[in-house]
Amino acid sequence: MSLSPVEGVALAEIESPDDGDERRDKEFVGRSPGQLALARLRRDRTALVSGALLVFFVLVALAVPLIEALYGVGPKEQFQSRLDGYGMPLGYAGGVTGDHWFGLEPGLGRDIFIRMVHGLRTSLFIAFAAAVLTAVIGVTLGTLAGYLGGWLDSVINWITDLTLAMPFLIIALALMPTVALRFYGQREAVPASFQIGVLIAIFALFGWTSTARLVRGQIIALREREFVEAARASGAGLGHMLFRQLLPNVWAPILVAFSLAVPQYITSEAALSFIGVGLTDATPSFGRMIYRSLDYLQTDPAYVFFPGITIFALVFAFNLFGDALRDALDPKSSR
Amino acid sequence: MTRFLIRRLLSAALTLFAVSVLSFLMFFALPRDPVTGMCPKNCNPERLERVRQELGLNDPLISQYAGYMKGIVTGRDLGSAQGGRCDAPCLGWSYVSNEAVSDTIARVLPVTLSIVIPAAILWLLLGVGLGMLSALRRGSWLDRAAIGFSLTGASLQLYFVGAVLLIVFVYNLRLLPVPSYTSLFDDPLKWTSGLVLAWLALAFLFSAIYARLSRAQMLETLSEDFVRTARAKGLAKSQVYGRHALRAAITPVVTIAGLDVGGALGGTVITETTFGLNGMGRTAVDAVRSGDLPTIMATVLIAAVFVVLANMVVDLLYAVIDPRVRLG
Repeated sequence: MSLSPVEGVALAEIESPDDGDERRDKEFVGRSPGQLALARLRRDRTALVSGALLVFFVLVALAVPLIEALYGVGPKEQFQSRLDGYGMPLGYAGGVTGDHWFGLEPGLGRDIFIRMVHGLRTSLFIAFAAAVLTAVIGVTLGTLAGYLGGWLDSVINWITDLTLAMPFLIIALALMPTVALRFYGQREAVPASFQIGVLIAIFALFGWTSTARLVRGQIIALREREFVEAARASGAGLGHMLFRQLLPNVWAPILVAFSLAVPQYITSEAALSFIGVGLTDATPSFGRMIYRSLDYLQTDPAYVFFPGITIFALVFAFNLFGDALRDALDPKSSR
Repeated sequence: MTRFLIRRLLSAALTLFAVSVLSFLMFFALPRDPVTGMCPKNCNPERLERVRQELGLNDPLISQYAGYMKGIVTGRDLGSAQGGRCDAPCLGWSYVSNEAVSDTIARVLPVTLSIVIPAAILWLLLGVGLGMLSALRRGSWLDRAAIGFSLTGASLQLYFVGAVLLIVFVYNLRLLPVPSYTSLFDDPLKWTSGLVLAWLALAFLFSAIYARLSRAQMLETLSEDFVRTARAKGLAKSQVYGRHALRAAITPVVTIAGLDVGGALGGTVITETTFGLNGMGRTAVDAVRSGDLPTIMATVLIAAVFVVLANMVVDLLYAVIDPRVRLG
């Protein structure tokens, strides 16, 4: 997903028409680019709303044990007595009651709300961990390729092309069980922490390419600038060149890439669990819930909506916030 | 132009070779014994050993790989347990489904093609059209609606959209039958009614991305000097927008479209799972579940071929759209 800053400008024109002139009469103050970006972000209503939603989601994910204690229902508890003879939840909208806010799963009778809260935590953890890893790998390889150039650049470029040519979903599909079998026997239960680790590793393995490309391009553009030449002429070492001269100038696009990578990993994790190779049924996850709900589209249509809408809201908030961040960090942005 | 073509072909061949070696290593050389997954129900050590012999798993890896590749190009003789002679695009024998892998592929590939090709046409027309229109009418209600549409679509999940479409059109309104695949050549009407929901779901999500991208590109192009010049020369608006601007704006869209279509042709696992259609994607998933290595290998290879081919087509289209590529 790439779009130019133009998009955000149009959004701003639509959604915040009233904050044009307020800064005219202020005196001149020195501000760092970071402060400027923060100020822009604060004035952006989309950013505020989506940011608040994100904070809410993260807080819910962090407070899972607390919520579970207050709510009084565990993710594995079954409430068979509230299902009818066919395993369908009694009552309206999939058995929504004061005790079970989002109703019960048909068949097993587990509480949907508490399973979704758990799923949210897993999903966010995987997405953030994978995004941090891909950022580290991508920035390292991209900087090296861009700054050193030559054969190293060619090799890294070729590996990038190759990684892009591998069908991600199918390879992930094939790797997951193979890796699990390598460490656990055919019949042993694979612990959830292991599955989560493998998912993060697979995302990191395939996800670094876009960051690497981005950083490489930026570094190549910077490499020929005077300040870099000056630093080189005064005898700066490789480490100083990379960390003190070059990287501080590319942190903005890296941050944007990071914030847009998180929703992608949320989506990918849900997709993998949906097709049955990510997390198994023992670990609550959005993808798994939606997969199970497909069997009940006719009989219990409410079941698919709770996880479906939640994951949409999560990804939507991240995407909006990422776009807003891009606008705020872009000095060329007209706001 | 010829040199450009040859260079592209060579690099495509190199990528395909690397993918085939890598996936071969990944699936056949990993520590897990590939036989356990392929052996029919009642396995004893002797039978396992025989299967291993028939598959040539005791041979060195290089000759296994060479044998596999030779099978694809010229066909080869497999043991009698594997159906004997295996003709030209020979992808091996599946012990799980007890048929040649190429037969399985021949059965499921049309399903995926029938899902992806109409959907791709739909999403390109809808996405690019919407993007262009909203760029030309910037700030209008149409533009705002398009932005909202693309922001929403980019965050929606296919399985959720698919589920909602199924609930509405199949289970409540009963306008459409439960999705299934019938060959286009047997019954075009049934083909359409069985797949139209899959097309709609795919087209909705993808056109959102394309609308967003082509709108941004078109806006950028419209502010370029050559567009102003063309208008100043007195060319008609339709001429300027339709020919000059469109051509410049569409290049990145073509790149993404190539990647997306190529990727989707290799198997639309999620679409196929949501709508219960048995195409390449489902086959790959089932093969992974049952440890059917020859089938997994074949699906990965075919998917990679589609991606590489799509990339080549994109490069050729570039040469057509943008003369600088040809000359540079």
